[in-house]
Amino acid sequence: MRIVVKTERCTGCKECIESCPFTAIEIKGGKAFINEYCQFCKTCLSVCPEGAIVEVLEGGDMQKADLSAYKGVWIFAEQREGKVAPVAYELLGAGRKLAEELKTELCAVLLGADDHEAQELIRWGADKVYHAKDTSFDTFNDEPYAQLLVRLIATHKPEIVLAGATPIGRSFIPRVAARLRTGLTADCTALEIDKDSGNLLQIRPAFGGNIMATILCPNYRPQIATVRPRVMKRGEYNTDKKGEIIPVAADNLTCRTKVLETIKETSECMVNLQDAEVIVAGGRGMGEKGFAMLHELAELLGGAVGASRAAVDEGWIPYSHQVGQTGRTVCPKVYIACGISGAVQHLVGMQSSDVIIAINKNPEAPIFSVATYGIVGDANEVVPLLIRKLKEIKGK
Amino acid sequence: MNIVVCIKQVPDTAEVRINPETNTLIREGVPSIINPYDLHALEAALQIRERSGGKVTVITMGPPQAEGALREAIAMGADEVRLISDRAFAGADTWATSYALYKAIDTIGYDIILCGKQAIDGDTAQVGPEVAEFLTIPHISYVRKIDEVSDGRIKVQRLTDEGYDVVESPLPVLLTVVKEINTPRLPSLKGKMAAKKAVITTMDLAAIGAEEENVGLKGSPTQVKNIFAPPAKTDRKMLQGSVEEQIDALINELRGLKCV
Ligand SMILES: Cc1cc2nc3c(=O)[nH]c(=O)nc-3n(C[C@H](O)[C@H](O)[C@H](O)COP(=O)(O)OP(=O)(O)OC[C@H]3O[C@@H](n4cnc5c(N)ncnc54)[C@H](O)[C@@H]3O)c2cc1C
Ligand SMILES: Nc1ncnc2c1ncn2[C@@H]1O[C@H](COP(=O)(O)O)[C@@H](O)[C@H]1O
Repeated sequence: MRIVVKTERCTGCKECIESCPFTAIEIKGGKAFINEYCQFCKTCLSVCPEGAIVEVLEGGDMQKADLSAYKGVWIFAEQREGKVAPVAYELLGAGRKLAEELKTELCAVLLGADDHEAQELIRWGADKVYHAKDTSFDTFNDEPYAQLLVRLIATHKPEIVLAGATPIGRSFIPRVAARLRTGLTADCTALEIDKDSGNLLQIRPAFGGNIMATILCPNYRPQIATVRPRVMKRGEYNTDKKGEIIPVAADNLTCRTKVLETIKETSECMVNLQDAEVIVAGGRGMGEKGFAMLHELAELLGGAVGASRAAVDEGWIPYSHQVGQTGRTVCPKVYIACGISGAVQHLVGMQSSDVIIAINKNPEAPIFSVATYGIVGDANEVVPLLIRKLKEIKGK
Repeated sequence: MNIVVCIKQVPDTAEVRINPETNTLIREGVPSIINPYDLHALEAALQIRERSGGKVTVITMGPPQAEGALREAIAMGADEVRLISDRAFAGADTWATSYALYKAIDTIGYDIILCGKQAIDGDTAQVGPEVAEFLTIPHISYVRKIDEVSDGRIKVQRLTDEGYDVVESPLPVLLTVVKEINTPRLPSLKGKMAAKKAVITTMDLAAIGAEEENVGLKGSPTQVKNIFAPPAKTDRKMLQGSVEEQIDALINELRGLKCV
């Protein structure tokens, strides 16, 4: 979508200039001209007495020539409270491989955070970092994030843009794709370049993980995907790597939403489920006391504690730890399910974990059907023993 | 207060499987349901209406059968429904779906638009924010509670990885809701009667004022190249021996994974 002036109708009356909240209209050659600060608020459309300002969609397939104008692989480096999220480094790892195959550069976009974080992105593989060092970005709001990314993409024309499939990425990237009139594939778990066409093959689960699909965006650019955290491998960290940091101005952005308060609920355990490499999860079979053991086990393994809905309903652990259809979807390296039966609603939230270990006293429990390793036994025996043995190893 | 709810009819995903020979979806016998998240969106709309007054309009884009979903919505208490249906809409990805919904919503009028967090068939969670962008209104994703609607503003709780944010926005706004927001009501007897009698208004391409090149398969930037069954976990292993032996074996495996 674009806002354009039909010059044959424009009388140069300047009404629109005064109406524009973003100073996005100027007079060029006696006619109104809409510059890149336009935020598509459409105020001017109703103001113009001649009806000379209209909204047009940049519909239709791009021409081959248009497609080839798009070059480079970009990743959106999400930060939270000024620290780049781990998923950004994973995207750099994945992006590097794609950039090499396409023989092009790898760039990162960082909104908020400081110079040190921008440098880190270079050390993790970025050739360039577009950095808007403005503290207003430290709090996430969809509109300014989307507007600035749209502006950068429209100016520099990358062929691929990757972002983390996190609550932030999955919330504002759709706005970017809508505005740019291009495709967006959600929550990819694998990315490849098609050898013949050079198109990005975007592979993702659908139907609650029962089915995988390969998605293409052949006729529009950029090709945008959100990528599931902890699926892609980081590249090499190189302290000598040189790269360019390009400052980006954050002016003329609209932001109508306002974050009044940020509340953290992840209780005892420091690591949040989304970032944890190991998750120790408990269900009804653990009992209230059992959960204390799970926290201890998680700590020993450097992981986080998850739970089934039954355990949350019992009040043994806050809701934010719930895994499953109505809780979080997680995919750690190792998921240890203790005293969880494995109802489908639980399985859809964890079945794509790399390794699943199930401890359950019922050998028929459905959790064993997705488990890599299963132990049939009483968790209240198995877990303490496991903790003891791990402590012995650590002690040595 | 005009409240618009977007609902989608989806196959019950717990039942969907892939035919390993043909690599196509086995849809036979799979029941159609209203996307579970959308029931929560509708419930949220009904609760806003009960508190602040207004009208709840439910829309869905889909084939003629999707009418069933709209009748269910009436049974729950929706005031009006629209079926956005046209052969030209078939095969739409999230861009083309959002575009058609945007055009339709623009003809209805809206203060609050409610969507589910995601549809359980595609799991994309993109349609809500895309519709908001087309309408050039703000949106808030993953809403788990609506604290307040007053004086043209809304205050909600947005779920985050670590907990939640309290977010405020002027109206009009689009919200996508998660399941903790409420428990959807069951249809009332009166509602069921109304649903049976209701005449469902269908809006086609011309009625929503959209262009053919922006909807359906034609308007969709993405294409599904193929679908396939997820790689089976072949390395499944039940550990053997006494509890102690099993634990030793497990620790060995954890070592292999560099977790110990
Ligand atoms: C719409 C909907 C959404 C839902 N969403 C979710 C969701 O997001 N997440 C979720 O988890 N659930 C969800 N559920 C609930 C789900 O259906 C199950 O009820 C729930 O997952 C069961 O939790 P559980 O496995 O802990 O309990 P149970 O099913 O009661 O299983 C307990 C297990 O522990 C074993 N056990 C008991 N004692 C011991 C012991 N001493 N040692 C070892 N094993 C022991 C038992 O053999 C049993 O297998 C949802 C349900 C619905 C209808
Ligand atoms: N065809 C459709 N008709 C109406 N609403 C839809 C449609 N597709 C998606 N939605 C809405 O958008 C939300 C997110 O869908 P999705 O992006 O497909 O995961 C759903 O929960 C619905 O509220």
